[in-house]
Amino acid sequence: MDPLVIVSFLAAVLAATWRLATPFIYTSLGEVFSERAGVLNIGLEGVMLIGAFTAFSITFFTGSPVWGLAAAMAGGLTCGLLFAFLTVSLKANQIVVGAAFNLVGLGLTSFLYRSIFSGRMETAREYASFSPLEIPLLSRLPFFGEALFQQNLMVYATPFVVLAGAFVLYRTAFGLSVRSTGEHPRTVDAAGLPVGLIRYASVLIGCALAAVGGAYLTVAHTNQFNEGITSGRGFIALAVVVIGRWSPWGAFFISLLFGFFYALQLRLQAVSGITIPYQFLQALPYLLTLVVFVTLRKRADAPSALGVPYKSS
Amino acid sequence: MSETILKLDKIVKTFPGTVANRGISLEIRKGEIHCLLGENGAGKTVLMSIVYGLHQADSGHIFYQGEPIDLRSPKDAIKRGIGMVHQHFMLVPNLTVAENIILGQYPPWKVLRRMDQVERRIEKLSQKFGLKIDPKAPVHRLSVGEQQRVEILKALYHGVDLLILDEPTAVLTPQESSGLLRFLKEMAGHGLTVIFITHKLDEVMQVSDRVTVLRDGRKVETVDTSEANPRILAKLMVGREVFLEQPSKKGTQGEEVLSVRDLSVDDERRLPAVKGVTFSVRSGEIVGIAGVSGNGQSELALALAGLSPTAEGEIEFCGEVAHNISPRKLSRLGFAHVPEDRHKMGIVLPFTVAENCILHDFDNHPYARNGFLQSKTITAHANDLAQRYDVRLSGVEQRIGELSGGNQQKIVMARELHRRPRLLLVNEPTRGIDIGATEFVRRQIAAQRDAGAAVLLISSDLEELFALSDRLLIFFEGRIVGETPARKELIEEIGLMMAGKSMESFSAEK
Repeated sequence: MDPLVIVSFLAAVLAATWRLATPFIYTSLGEVFSERAGVLNIGLEGVMLIGAFTAFSITFFTGSPVWGLAAAMAGGLTCGLLFAFLTVSLKANQIVVGAAFNLVGLGLTSFLYRSIFSGRMETAREYASFSPLEIPLLSRLPFFGEALFQQNLMVYATPFVVLAGAFVLYRTAFGLSVRSTGEHPRTVDAAGLPVGLIRYASVLIGCALAAVGGAYLTVAHTNQFNEGITSGRGFIALAVVVIGRWSPWGAFFISLLFGFFYALQLRLQAVSGITIPYQFLQALPYLLTLVVFVTLRKRADAPSALGVPYKSS
Repeated sequence: MSETILKLDKIVKTFPGTVANRGISLEIRKGEIHCLLGENGAGKTVLMSIVYGLHQADSGHIFYQGEPIDLRSPKDAIKRGIGMVHQHFMLVPNLTVAENIILGQYPPWKVLRRMDQVERRIEKLSQKFGLKIDPKAPVHRLSVGEQQRVEILKALYHGVDLLILDEPTAVLTPQESSGLLRFLKEMAGHGLTVIFITHKLDEVMQVSDRVTVLRDGRKVETVDTSEANPRILAKLMVGREVFLEQPSKKGTQGEEVLSVRDLSVDDERRLPAVKGVTFSVRSGEIVGIAGVSGNGQSELALALAGLSPTAEGEIEFCGEVAHNISPRKLSRLGFAHVPEDRHKMGIVLPFTVAENCILHDFDNHPYARNGFLQSKTITAHANDLAQRYDVRLSGVEQRIGELSGGNQQKIVMARELHRRPRLLLVNEPTRGIDIGATEFVRRQIAAQRDAGAAVLLISSDLEELFALSDRLLIFFEGRIVGETPARKELIEEIGLMMAGKSMESFSAEK
């Protein structure tokens, strides 16, 4: 093949990588907080969907994606409050509650979408969204220009959000208590800190960021909503947290890796002359997730109290 | 010296199903070392947890330095200068020493900017009190003794006036223990008040100024240590005259029953835990395995019992290869196992006593016929065992979880021993059970030896090892660092070996 073709192919893949990684970055960063505090939220997919739908509909009616994003966060916080109430206060099984969230998230958003927006499809496509901000000059750089300097605000924000997340987790007293709570809640209790409250806060952070990750899909990545638009990204975010070893920057870079695979399969589908069925390419990121889960399932560095409700004796 | 720092007035605390404290009143003087003595379940730990704010009393009052106080959480206690070192350390393993010490010290929004200052303060403090520790080390890398130092430093860092220690010597070597006791005496000399929870009489005699004996949730008496002796204390503690008689050591040794060669075993995290040990046990002898817990004893036991795979080496049991074969096969060969953690491996808590008695043979005649359980036979069998092993219960259809620890252990012993094992592996047989049951269990173990069984006894209680074993193997970091006769006079050497000094180094010194 012509080397020029390969270079332009790679440039296109790179340009899409960060963009496609962004929902993973937000969602997995949030889940890092939740799991570091000992709460496993497999309902991320549902929370993302709720965030995606809320952002979409509020943006549609107000015309402002900023309002849409704010509403998505509020929706995420509501989910978080419910999730924490069930798993922390009532000590329900986190897996069961998470699975319920996924079902409710899909069912509720599909139902509301059909009942509110059926017949308005034409106008629904017209609403505003975060559009790419080209950085003058830099975006014209060869090869990396588009990948790094022709993105929208929500994409640009990711390293700063992760930086803030890492700062909170490693440099504040709150972060210290979060890290301790997932590891040894009894110690946290004995130190006079409220285990339940710390878990509530972490779950709220987790769900708010998952909702932002979902919102990104409807108000930045595309400007539309479809039923099940998240298509498994919430589950991939769970894998990202594990491979990223429960650290914010780990989650960031592993998200980029998954973004790269997404971009690769999208671009490969567009290349003519490749005989691999596109369904197989589409399955690639999920397969990768599966392989990772099977091989790394129980790592020694997982928070020891992950998934275990705390009962003070 | 006679000023009262802490006064408890008629503290009552109930938990669902049990009354832990039945109106305990107590006075602690400033600068004294006060022992709280009692058997397991006497209510010592609960009482002190109330003083530390972990539990709230149902009724009664606490006065601290003359004022009535109301402790809602440990935070309140820490603020007033009350610290507690728990039996199970309250440390987060993946955090550093410094992070552990400041956990809970600051409001959540506080940015932890100058960790190096905290670290320097800890270093200074550790030098001042002679508790050497690296503040930057992650806690999971520290030995148990070092972790305890961190716990004490944590309390001192917070500036406590009253320090509560819950069975602090249970995890230490004899040398570490006496070092700790010396340290506490020195601290008391500087005005620190210490409450020391224990059930070991010699410790009470060694360290305390006064001692309060608790039994069954009640205070029996507070006495000056100078006017007490171990026998009086034991009597107060148990409520009757105890004869701490030693079962005689008169077994006649026969052929080799268990032989272990170059055995290595990995732990759960796949790190080597047992590193090439070789030993054998003959019929009619009790071989004791001594060592600070966590030095590979548990992994050795699991491998012998067929519950975890061996990495290298051989186990031979009555001439047959016995590594990596199923527990069921082992038990058919005449192997009996009284595991370390009753609740996890010895019994099935929600099952009845009768069901727990047939865990080995539930699918065999006479307990099952054509795949159906024979409830009459099973009940009769359980009744027989309960009677012979002096188990206190209301009926064998009672759930075993409702019995006391001692009675649960008796059921485990009964189930394992009535099969007349050729090899008996007992791991921490008397941990957490009362004196009466302890005596009984020990007598049963000795009886097995006398009946010709080979016994391997793993215990972190040196007294127990001295009382029962014929010889001792000392474990340190997965290796056998020495073998000695089980004689109390050798405690000094054994203690040093438990801390890693090998036997060769002794002979070299001599």
